[in-house]
Amino acid sequence: MKFLRNFIDKIKPGFQEGGKLYMFHSFFDAIETFLYVPDTVTGPRGAHIRDAMDMKRTMMMVIIALVPSLLFGMWNVGHWHFLAFGEDADFWQTFWFGFLKVLPIIVVSYVVGLGIEIIFAQSRKHEVNEGYFVTGFLIPLIVPVDTPLWMLAIAIAFAVVLGKEVFGGTGMNILNPALTVRAFLFFAYPGWMSGDSVWIEGMTKNAGMLVDGFSGATPLAEAAAGNVANLPSIMDMLIGIVPGSIGETSVIAIFAGAIILLWTGVGSWKIMLSMFAGGLLMGLTLNLFAVNPYMELPAWEHLLLGGFAFGAVFMATDPVTATQTEKGKWIYGFLTGLLAILIRVLNPAYPEGVMLAILFMNVFAPLIDHYVVEANIKKRLKRAQTKG
Amino acid sequence: MSSDPLFSSKNLKVLTSPLNEDNPITVQVLGICSALAITAKLEPAIVMTFSVLAVLSVSNVVISLLRSYIPPRIRIIVQLTVIAAMVILVDQVLKAFAYEVSKQLSVYVGLIITNCIIMGRLEAFAMTNKPWPAFLDGVGNAAGYGIILVIVAFFRELLGAGTLFGYPVIEKIGLYNIGYENNGLMILPPMALMLVGIIIWIQRKRKPELIED
Repeated sequence: MKFLRNFIDKIKPGFQEGGKLYMFHSFFDAIETFLYVPDTVTGPRGAHIRDAMDMKRTMMMVIIALVPSLLFGMWNVGHWHFLAFGEDADFWQTFWFGFLKVLPIIVVSYVVGLGIEIIFAQSRKHEVNEGYFVTGFLIPLIVPVDTPLWMLAIAIAFAVVLGKEVFGGTGMNILNPALTVRAFLFFAYPGWMSGDSVWIEGMTKNAGMLVDGFSGATPLAEAAAGNVANLPSIMDMLIGIVPGSIGETSVIAIFAGAIILLWTGVGSWKIMLSMFAGGLLMGLTLNLFAVNPYMELPAWEHLLLGGFAFGAVFMATDPVTATQTEKGKWIYGFLTGLLAILIRVLNPAYPEGVMLAILFMNVFAPLIDHYVVEANIKKRLKRAQTKG
Repeated sequence: MSSDPLFSSKNLKVLTSPLNEDNPITVQVLGICSALAITAKLEPAIVMTFSVLAVLSVSNVVISLLRSYIPPRIRIIVQLTVIAAMVILVDQVLKAFAYEVSKQLSVYVGLIITNCIIMGRLEAFAMTNKPWPAFLDGVGNAAGYGIILVIVAFFRELLGAGTLFGYPVIEKIGLYNIGYENNGLMILPPMALMLVGIIIWIQRKRKPELIED
């Protein structure tokens, strides 16, 4: 890999101030620090912790953790397409079909998002932040496969500019950018984000060629409609062989990602655990007051439905928009889980409550942190006073 | 008593500054509520602009004429009486001559009474200035308010409903045939807030002196 280093060093002067290609310096810097650990180090004075695990490596860990979900999602896209149109395909054909369908979404996600990031970084004269690498990877996983690409592009532009850059870029955003994309799509083009056909590739366009009696409804939609008997088997939901957003279906793949996140210490186990606990508690509470089949659904089954697992592992744990204090993480996760199931079951207008619950709690995260810190100050003050 | 010419540079400033650097919505941040409520379509936005124009300019003149006779302790009540009288007049005129729009605007015509721009201008300008500058101030502020309303309504109607003044622009261009769809978020009130935010952003970018600390 020596030649790569040499090559970068050779072209570097052109991108520095005064060089010919200075206008692309943000872009160059992004690539260089992506490939190599930056050579800028903290000074010899002061007690700094030095760690090779900078923001770029942290973000890479999240991407690696997302890979199982993505790969499974690709296969699942192909699987449901061939099932819906009654064609036979072997494993590789299925995967390849899904790969070709998901790839444009990933490309659009990165080109639009990174393009805007680079423009802003350039005009503000700071380096491109790596925050978008994860966001750009998350977006394809949380949209239906049939989403038109131009809608996706508009939603990404909206989310990156109004959800992130106006607040000051990576690290300053209040809302999770990937979920902002989804929320934009959900409110702007509701027909493409819910219903029975958008989850299956090609089903909206070629509805006439479907296999007789095929329904593309997600388990969540079936449950919301009260057809609890139509729910797929628990095994299918665990493995993820159900229609849904590209990366959200497979609980097992998400679980594999969760292990990577927890093992590397990137994701917070407190948020994940408390979110599942909150969801479970809300499910049990609803069981107590059940008046329809959806409310009678066993609480633990809720955690397998829709995007709950994906939201808990990858969305709620976003270090920027979640709470920072340790106690705050418990509260934040718990309330997110609680609200997710509450919105999902009791509000028929919003079939998937996880997205809205996380965005809602994102807004409240700074408040939770504030009160946790205040409470701690009070506690210590009281202790100091009683002693003195 | 000094007598300025009718359009002296000072008076002209009173008229034009609310259009940009002293805009009631983007700089004084007044009258946001109605900007959210009636900007989903262009027509009500323009009717609203003219209603506010009528109410604000006339009340400004009336209060300016009365300014030496209003006891300071009850000035708010006097101002409200004048505004309320004007709003009722406007409301009745709309009901008589533009019933459909009046129905669309529903309570928001009546709510002009509580539009902060009007109270704000009466209090800040008409109480201390002569009738002619007060009139110009009223027209200027209503126009500044109207500009923002029309810009926001233009984008919301075009992108949200695909029409302009009810004329199906998008359909005529043929964008629907190539898969374009209207943006439902534009119709929802939060989008008006975001558009106003974007306008404020662009304005501050062009005029950095407006940025507060």
